[in-house]
Amino acid sequence: MIIDHPLLGPRDAQEFAILGDASLIDRPDWQAEDAAKLFHDYLHLRDNPAGEHRELWFHEQGDRSWLVVTRSTLTHEVLKVELARDVAIARGRDR
Amino acid sequence: MRYSVLQILRQGLTGNRGWKPVWREPEPKRHYDTIVVGGGGHGLATAYYLASAHGLTDVAVLEKGWLGSGNVGRNTTIVRSNYLLPGNEPFYELSMKLWEGLEQDVNYNAMVSQRGIINLYHSDGQRDAAARRGNAMILAGADAVLLDREALQRKCPYLDFDNERFPIKGGLWQPRGGTVRHDAVAWGYARGADRRGVDLIQNCEVTGFDIRNGVCHGVETQRGTIGADRVAVCVAGSSGRVMGYAGLRLPIESHVLQAFVTEGLKPAIPGVITYGAGHFYVSQSDKGGLVFGGDIDGYNSYAQRGNLPMVEDVCEGGMALMPMIGRARVLRMWGGLVDMSMDGSPFIDKTPVEGLYFNGGWNYGGFKATPASGYCYAHLIATGAPHPVAAEMRLDRFERGAAIDEKGVGAQPNLH
Amino acid sequence: MSGPFRFDGGPIDRSVSLAFRFDGRSLSGHPGDTLASALLANGVRLVGRSFKYHRPRGVFTAGSEEPSALVELRGGAWREPNTRATVAELFDGLEAFSQNYRGSLRRDLLAVNDLLAPFLSAGFYYKTFMWPKSFWERVYEPVIRASAGLGRLSGEADPDSYDKGFLHCDLLIVGAGPAGLAAALAAGRSGARVILADEDFVMGGRLNAETHEVNGRSGADWAAEAVRELASMNRVRLLPRTTVTGAYDHGVYGALERRTDHLAAANGKPRQVLWRIYSKRAILAAGATERPIAFGGNDRPGVMLAGAVRAYANRFAVGAGQRVGLFTNNDDGWRTAADLARKGVEVAAIIDARDRESVAEVPGARIVMGGRVTATRGRHGLKEVALATGERIGLDCLAVSGGWNPNVHLTCHHGGKPVWRDGIAAFVPGDLPPGMTVAGAAGGAFTTAAALIEGHRAAVEALGELGLPADAGDAPGASDEAANVAPFWHVAESRGRAWLDLQNDVTVKDVVQAHGEGFRSVEHLKRYTTLGMATDQGKTANVGALAIMAEQTGRTIAETGTTMFRPPYTPVPIAAFAGRSRGRDFRPTRLTPSHDWAAERGAVFVEAGAWLRAQWFPRPGETYWRQSVDREVLQTRGSVGICDVTTLGKIDIQGRDAQEFLNRIYANGFATLAVGKVRYGLMLREDGIAYDDGTTARLGENHFVMTTTTVNAVLVFRNMEFARQCLWPGLDVHLISVTEQWAQFAVAGPNSRALLGKIVDPEHDISNEAFPFMACGEVGVCGGAPARLFRISFSGELAYELVVPARYGEALMEALMAAGEEFDAVAYGTEALGVMRIEKGHAAANELNGQTTARMLGMQRMVSKRKDCIGNILSERPEMNREDGLELVGFRPVNRSEELPSGAHFLSIGAEAAMANDEGWMTSVAWSPELGHSIGLGFIRNGHARIGETVRAWDGVRGRDVAVEIVSAHFLDPDGERLRG
Repeated sequence: MIIDHPLLGPRDAQEFAILGDASLIDRPDWQAEDAAKLFHDYLHLRDNPAGEHRELWFHEQGDRSWLVVTRSTLTHEVLKVELARDVAIARGRDR
Repeated sequence: MRYSVLQILRQGLTGNRGWKPVWREPEPKRHYDTIVVGGGGHGLATAYYLASAHGLTDVAVLEKGWLGSGNVGRNTTIVRSNYLLPGNEPFYELSMKLWEGLEQDVNYNAMVSQRGIINLYHSDGQRDAAARRGNAMILAGADAVLLDREALQRKCPYLDFDNERFPIKGGLWQPRGGTVRHDAVAWGYARGADRRGVDLIQNCEVTGFDIRNGVCHGVETQRGTIGADRVAVCVAGSSGRVMGYAGLRLPIESHVLQAFVTEGLKPAIPGVITYGAGHFYVSQSDKGGLVFGGDIDGYNSYAQRGNLPMVEDVCEGGMALMPMIGRARVLRMWGGLVDMSMDGSPFIDKTPVEGLYFNGGWNYGGFKATPASGYCYAHLIATGAPHPVAAEMRLDRFERGAAIDEKGVGAQPNLH
Repeated sequence: MSGPFRFDGGPIDRSVSLAFRFDGRSLSGHPGDTLASALLANGVRLVGRSFKYHRPRGVFTAGSEEPSALVELRGGAWREPNTRATVAELFDGLEAFSQNYRGSLRRDLLAVNDLLAPFLSAGFYYKTFMWPKSFWERVYEPVIRASAGLGRLSGEADPDSYDKGFLHCDLLIVGAGPAGLAAALAAGRSGARVILADEDFVMGGRLNAETHEVNGRSGADWAAEAVRELASMNRVRLLPRTTVTGAYDHGVYGALERRTDHLAAANGKPRQVLWRIYSKRAILAAGATERPIAFGGNDRPGVMLAGAVRAYANRFAVGAGQRVGLFTNNDDGWRTAADLARKGVEVAAIIDARDRESVAEVPGARIVMGGRVTATRGRHGLKEVALATGERIGLDCLAVSGGWNPNVHLTCHHGGKPVWRDGIAAFVPGDLPPGMTVAGAAGGAFTTAAALIEGHRAAVEALGELGLPADAGDAPGASDEAANVAPFWHVAESRGRAWLDLQNDVTVKDVVQAHGEGFRSVEHLKRYTTLGMATDQGKTANVGALAIMAEQTGRTIAETGTTMFRPPYTPVPIAAFAGRSRGRDFRPTRLTPSHDWAAERGAVFVEAGAWLRAQWFPRPGETYWRQSVDREVLQTRGSVGICDVTTLGKIDIQGRDAQEFLNRIYANGFATLAVGKVRYGLMLREDGIAYDDGTTARLGENHFVMTTTTVNAVLVFRNMEFARQCLWPGLDVHLISVTEQWAQFAVAGPNSRALLGKIVDPEHDISNEAFPFMACGEVGVCGGAPARLFRISFSGELAYELVVPARYGEALMEALMAAGEEFDAVAYGTEALGVMRIEKGHAAANELNGQTTARMLGMQRMVSKRKDCIGNILSERPEMNREDGLELVGFRPVNRSEELPSGAHFLSIGAEAAMANDEGWMTSVAWSPELGHSIGLGFIRNGHARIGETVRAWDGVRGRDVAVEIVSAHFLDPDGERLRG
C-alpha cells in the first residue's frame, strides 16, 4: 500500500505503524459524570465499517507524523490523508 | 448413510454411483425455534450441538455463501490448548477433548492429527513465560512438556538452533496439539446437523433483524423474513457488519490475516512449530504442503487479501527458523477476514437485545475453538446460562475490567 | 537432424552441446532448450508419477502451466523439488531426478494405488480410517503422509542467496508476447518509463512457438527485433525470466526474477530477486493457456496440449512424437498438424470433435470430423488411441486442444471475478485492479493481429491517462487467424477414467460423484476433490471441471462460476520472499557503545530486543555462569560496578508545556518536579494497565529527559507522539528520541561516588549534600567532555547513571574502568543487573508483562486521582481493584538450599493442583549471593496480607513442587539507606 503523506508525498505503508480508528482522537473528558462509561466506549467499541474508514497511521520510520488516513476497508483505496494534528484541532482538541 | 470401510468397498465395486448427498438442500421454513446466522465452522458446530446435546432440531443455519466458506475454509488448521489465562485455557482444553472424539461422534474423518505443537523460546524470560504457561495448562487438565535445547534438538534437528541472531533455547511442547483437515470439520458438522434435522440453507444472506420492543423475532434475508425465537449470530469477520443491523457496536475490528501453502513435499516437518523470535508458524499437511502463517497485516480490512510486506515478514521468520525450507515454493497465499477483539479473546454471550445471541471475536485463532465454541454457544442458547468454561467470554468484560489479554498488549486489536 | 526427434531450424544453437543427466542417464541438448524439450529430443517420455494413483506421466505442456513433468532439479543442498521441466532452462551439467515413486520410476510400487482406484475415489479418506481411534496418528496417517507429497526437500539450509529490489515505472507490462511487445514499443517510443516482464527466458511469447507473420516477417524475428529496439531505450527495463506473481494494492506488483537458475552455479550471485514494482499503470498481456479435452486414458505420456506440441516443433525443433495425432474442437489445433507436417513428422490422424467440414488437407492424415477419442493404450507412453467408432489408431503422441483460457489470474488478485464469454467459450477478466488494463489473449483476443492492436492501444491509452505524450506510431500488423472453437469438454463415451487434473488425479467421475454428494459449489468441488490444488493450481484443469459440474447441475458455466485465483501466479520459493533477512541478518542488530570493549574482554552477550547486551563477563577460572554473576553482584555491592545501560529508551522533551505533558503521560504526579531533580514514573496504557516505567529528569525549566525500558522504547515514544499530536495538540511540547545519541552507564556501589570523583571534572560538586539521591545535572567529565549525571539506582546501592554523547561511550567505559582499578571496580552484565533488581523487588519485563495493574505492583497510591492522565479512569474498573487481587511480593524457599522455579504457580499447602486453586505465579527468580539462597518475585492473591505464610510453588511442567515463604519483595536494605548514603 502507498500512503500519500501530506508533507512528504507517497510513502510505502511499511514505513508506518497503524493504531486504528481515528475516533481515538476524541478522548473523553476525564471529569465527565459518566467518564467510566465514556472511556470504556472510547477505547473499546468500534464502528468497524465495511467501507470508508478513518484511521490513525504513525509515520514511525519517517517524520513521526500521526496521520488520519481515510481508506476503504473493502478495496483498500486511500481516499484522503490528513495530518492528525490538524484533524484533532479541527475537532476542538487543544490543551 | 453411515461411512465405513465396508461402505467404501461396496460403493467402489458399484462405480461410486451410490453415494448419497452429504446434506439436503431444503427451502427455508417461515419460522424456526433457533436460527444460527453463519454456516462456517462455529455456526455448523453450534447447530450440531443444539441438536445432538440439547435435542433442539427446529434449527436453521443461514449461510450467505457455501457451507464452510468462513474462516473454517481458509485457516492453517492448527488445534491446540496451550493458553495461559484462566478465562481461556479451560475452554480451549474442552475444545481439545471434543476434537479427540469428533470423528467418531459425527462419523466423518476430519483427520484430527495430534502430532504435537511446539512453541519455541529464545531467552530466559521467554522460558519463564513458557513455564508459567505450561503449568497453567497442566492445572487446567491439558498436557505440556517444557523441552530444553537438547531435547528439542532431538525432536526437531532441522531447526536453526545456532541462529546467529536469535538462537533457540527450547520450547513448550503440547503433544496433544496438532492439525485437523479444516474443510472436513465444516462438512462433518454439517452432515451431522443435517442428519439430525437441522436445515442448512446456503446462499441465504441475512440483511437485517426483526427486532421489536427490544426483542428479536427473526431475521430478514435475501429469501424473505424468517421468524425465530432465538437468533444466534456466528459470523466472525462479518460480526461488525451483521451486529450493526441490530444497532450494536462491538469491541471488534475486522482485519486480514494471510496464510500460505507450499507445493506438496515428502514429509519434512512432523508437527506444528511456532517461532518465538519472529511471526511464523508452520505445519505440514497430509498432502505434503507446508502450511504456514504469521502476523495480521495490521490494517482494518474486509478485502480478504493482504500485501507483500507481511508475506515477506512471514517468510523471513521461516528462513530464520528453518532455512531448509528455502527452496520449497509458496504455491498459494490467501487472506482471511478475522474478527480481532480488544483483548485477543472471544465472546460467547447474550446481547442487550432479547433473543439475540452473539459469538465472535475469535481473532486469528477461531479454528481450534470450533468444537467448544459450538458446544458452549449451544449450551448458552439452550439453557440461557453460559457454559462454565466460557463464563468469562462476556461482552461486558471491558466495563468490569476483566479483559482476557493473553499477549498483554491492551485494547489494540492489531497487536494481538 | 540430431536424432529422431530433433529437427533443423528453430532458435536452437546446435554448435554447442549441453550434457545433462536425468535419473542418472547421460543425455545431451543445446542452448535454447528447456529440460522438457531436451528430454523429448532424447525420446524420454516417462518423466514422473501422478500424486494419488502414481500413474505414469510425461511432458504435457511447454510452459509454466505444466501439471505433470515435475522433477527434482540439482543435488545436495541445492535440490529443488517439484521443478517444472518445461520451464527449467538447460545448462551444461544439469542433473534432474524424477520424483514421487517408490522403487523406480518405471516400476513404482505405489502404482498399486491405481489398481485400488475404485476405492480411492473423491474424498474416500473422509469416510474411513476412523477405527480404531488411536490408529490415525499411529498407522493410517504415517502411511498416507509417506506416500503423499511430491518431491523431497534436501533437509539442508538453502545455500543460495536472494535479493530484494524496488522498481518504479509509469507502465508495467506483464508478458512479452505480441500484445506486450506492441505495448512496450508504443510506450517506449513515447519516452515513458516502462518495465516489460516475461516469465520466459526468450521474449516473444507465442510468436516464438507459432509460424505467424508480423509486419511481413516471421513473428519470432519481429519479436527479436522489437526486443533489440526496446533494449536500446534507456527508460525501458526488460525483465526476462521474471514472473509477475501478484497484484497488490495501489499499483504495487510482486515479481520474481530468476537470475542464476539457468546457470550451473550461482557463483556468489543472488539466485533470484524479488522485485516490488511500483507502477502507475499496468497492462496485463499474459496470454492464454490451452486446455485439454477429457477422455478415457488421456493422462498417458504422449498425450499433450496441441499448442505445446507446436511450440516444441517450432521453437525447440523437437518432435514430441514420430507418429502424431490431433484431437481438437477448434481450428487452432489444426495448426499443430500443419506445422508438424511441414517439419516432416507423420501426422496420422486428425480427430475433430466438431461435426463439420474438414478445416484443411493434411497429407497422409486420417481426418475424422465429429470424432471422439474414447481410450488410449500404452503403459509408459502412448501407443494407440481408440475412437468412438471403434477404430484404433497407432500413435506415440496425441496433441489435444480444447480451446484456450485467458490468463486472467492477476486480474483476480483484488477480488475481481472473471466473466464467461460464450464466443470463445472461456472466462475473461471481470473487474480489474485499479490502474490495470488487459490486452491480447489475456483478455480473450486470441489472434495475433488483435493482440498487436490491443497492446498498442492499451499503451497509448495508459500514457494518455498519465498525461504523458504518446508518440507511438501505428500498431504492428498481422493477418487474422480464426479459431472457431466449439465447446467440447469431455468424451462421454470414454472407456476408463478421463482425467481433468493430471497431477492430483481428479477425473470426470470424481466431479460427477462430488455433485452427487452435494459438493456443488465450485469451492466445494475444489476442496472435496482437490481439483486445481496441485502445483499448477489447475491452470489446465479447472475450466473443464467447471463445465462438467455445470452439466451436472443443469446450470451454465457462467452461473457455476470459478474459484478464486490467488497469488502467486506461479510458485515462489520461500527463500525469495525472505531475501537477505535470514541468519544473522534476520533482523538488525543494535550494539551498545561498549560492545567492542566487552567483546574484547570475553563477555557473553544476550539478545535484548534488537540489542545485544553483555550478559556477564567471565574471568579466567570461572567455568559456570553463576560464578561470574555472583562475583559481579558481590563486587558491585561491596565496592563498585559499571554497567552499560545505553539500551534504555531516551526521549528528549522540551517546551513550555513539557511538564504538564509529562504529568498527563505518567500516572504519578510530575507537576512539581524541580529543575535538577529526577523522578521515577509509572506509565499506564489507556486501559489502566501498567506498561512501562523509568525516570525523567528535569534539566531545565522547559527541558526534560526521559528514560524508558529497553523493550518499550519505540512504543512509549509512539504513544507520546500520539498524545502530543492527537490528544493535546495545543500543548507546547516537542519530543525527540535520543536513544542512539547518548551512551549511558550505571555506576553502582558504595565506592561509586569515589570513582566518579575521579571522572567528573572537579568544578562539579557531587557530594551527598550537593548532589543527593534523585539529583541530576549537566557536568563535564574527563576534562571537559559534556555529560549528564543522574543519581538514580536500580541496584539499590549508592548509584549514578552517567551519560555522554554516544561517540564517547567506549572511551568513557575505559576511563571508568581505569579509574575504578583502585576500587577493584567490576563491569557487570544484565544477569547481575537482574539479580540486584530482584533483591530490591523492582519490577522488570517479567512483571510488567502488559497484564499488570499499578495495584498489583503495590503502586496504586501513585496513580494520582487529582489529574487527567492516560489510563487513570479505566484503572478504576472494579475487577482490576478486587480486594483479593494479585499482589507482587517476594518468596524464599523454606528449605534454603532449594532453587526457586520461575513460572511456577502458587497453591496453598494441601490444595489439589487444579486451576481452581491457582493463586498466582512466580515471575522472576535469582540466586542472591548476599543472602546465600534463591529468591523470587511473584504475584499471589492478597500477597501483602500473607507475608510469612508458606505456600507451594508448583512447577508441574518441570516436575517440581517447592515450599516457599511469602516475604517482602525488598530482600535487601528495605529502607533504602544505601542509595541515600
